[in-house]
Amino acid sequence: MNFWEYLVNRHQQLLTDAYQHASVVFQCMVVATALGVLIGVVTYRSEWAGNLATTTTATVLTVPALALIGLLIPLVGLGVPPTVIALTLYGLLPVVRNAIVGLRGVDPALVDAATGIGMSRPSRLLRIELPLAWPPILTGIRVSTQMLMGIAAIAAYASGPGLGNVIFRGLASLGSANALNQVLAGTLGIVILALLFDAAYVLIGRLTIPRGIRA
Amino acid sequence: MPETGDHGASIELESLTKRYPGSAQPAVDNVSMEIKAGEVVVFVGPSGCGKSTTLKMINRLIEPTGGRIRIGGEDVTDMDPVKLRRKVGYAIQSAGLFPHMTVAQNIGIVPRMLGWPRARIKERTEELLDLVGLDPGEFQGRYPRRLSGGQQQRVGVARALAADPPVLLMDEPFGAVDPITRDHLQDELIRLQHELHKTIVFVTHDFDEAIKIGDRIAVLRERSHIAQFDTPEAILTNPADDFVSGFVGAGAALKRLNLTRVRDVEITDYPTVTVDDPLQQIFNELRTSGSNEILLLDRRGRPYKWLRRGDLMRARGSLARAGTLVNDTVTRDATLRDALEAVLTDNAGRVAVTGRRGEYTGVVDMETLMNSVHEMLEADRLDALEHQHELQSLRASQTHAEQEGAAGPAGVGGPGGER
Repeated sequence: MNFWEYLVNRHQQLLTDAYQHASVVFQCMVVATALGVLIGVVTYRSEWAGNLATTTTATVLTVPALALIGLLIPLVGLGVPPTVIALTLYGLLPVVRNAIVGLRGVDPALVDAATGIGMSRPSRLLRIELPLAWPPILTGIRVSTQMLMGIAAIAAYASGPGLGNVIFRGLASLGSANALNQVLAGTLGIVILALLFDAAYVLIGRLTIPRGIRA
Repeated sequence: MPETGDHGASIELESLTKRYPGSAQPAVDNVSMEIKAGEVVVFVGPSGCGKSTTLKMINRLIEPTGGRIRIGGEDVTDMDPVKLRRKVGYAIQSAGLFPHMTVAQNIGIVPRMLGWPRARIKERTEELLDLVGLDPGEFQGRYPRRLSGGQQQRVGVARALAADPPVLLMDEPFGAVDPITRDHLQDELIRLQHELHKTIVFVTHDFDEAIKIGDRIAVLRERSHIAQFDTPEAILTNPADDFVSGFVGAGAALKRLNLTRVRDVEITDYPTVTVDDPLQQIFNELRTSGSNEILLLDRRGRPYKWLRRGDLMRARGSLARAGTLVNDTVTRDATLRDALEAVLTDNAGRVAVTGRRGEYTGVVDMETLMNSVHEMLEADRLDALEHQHELQSLRASQTHAEQEGAAGPAGVGGPGGER
């Protein structure tokens, strides 16, 4: 069976895996974004807290994905929970770092002006600082997503969902007829998904970054 | 203009002090001053003298560590700062416009926070853009980065005025624009103030700007100590000490000329004829008038040519060829400095003064200018002496009171011997 015949033959299974892969990455990204921005907002004003947040999330990233998932299995069991936890943790770093950098990068004169015309702290954050920090935050989300696309494949090790299953199956049966096709299909699928997500982010950027600060 | 009638409010600072933790000297030390409603007061002083800090304590962007602030008689030292700031306009250097909002959104932000209905915000935005000299249709939807520095500054002022606050604080607002634009913006501010009568506190390090804009100027030295607080005229003619005169800089008399308009001095009347007068009459006028020169006006009464005795003869009676064209005139609103400039460049040392539509109203020459300047300086000197006398007697009574207080339980009196 050549690669094309394999695809046609298994498209149902592949599409389901791809959908699950995209779905888990998307959901983890939503959680990571919310958490990451929140951590950024809480910590950016203090030198010390901001650095702590960045360092902690950076440390998480240095733990090999396989090891982290492996460590999580005894704690939360197999399947979806370790996948979601691992992906969310990995997704945090770029979001947290860019949120802090972005919020700290807002021109102090603007913050001064906002305070001076009578904006309370929450409304200053919501109306001035976060909108101005949004482009770097979005870049962080974009980088995170690309990273999670790859890492999500490893989730199959803990019986997680996604295209990783196809790849692992292929790797486990190397030498058999479809082994190479499986690995190839899984990898290509992830690359295509990553490209689609990236295109979506470009579109989101167009729609959400105010015209006045668009590069 | 549908102003809400909220004109200026007085500002009183009472021993205002700012002390930063970890520094021995306070940044602002015991500043007391009264600013009248509708007055423009300029804080001027070298960098780092605390003038900006003092300004920012008025809207409590910087919380004072001591003293009271009263606006319109109401003590605002402990009021909710967010509420206070919505009643006090604030404009800063390089405008501080929010780059992600359009001009209209920038201006409308304070009214929106105050919960004005949308239609009223829109109306107010357009009115303000008109007021600062920008066409609402053209500029409303623009983002700040598509405006020039001067336009941004205008929008900044409009934003500060949006909720019609009685008090306007301006922190070196024109510091970042080129000199020509700055000059325009200063003129605009003066015009605006004529319409609005706000109480304006303006911070600058440029003394010439202070003279131009201020009704009164507070010259501040380090730790915001007031070296002199008086009208520009008094400071120019009678600086309180070496520090102030150093700050006033050279050419005080010339700067003084900037403060007086041509309409305020005596202008001489010149014999005039118009182009429609018969030649004979012009001849007669030339012969009978005391001066050897008369001014020829055009049909609308505007200065046209200077005619000297004999000019007509040489031109063989043709008005078109006789005399020298008037190449420079000043309006009655021009400053004496402009007038002096024109007189100096004129080859006969005189310049025609015109009214609003360019019609002739008189002539200024070197002699009238010198006389009026002398009179002016003399009057200023007397005024300033009087002010100084008042200040001294005030201080004397203060010192007296302090000494009285010191006799009681441990006097709180600060270093009173400073000035």
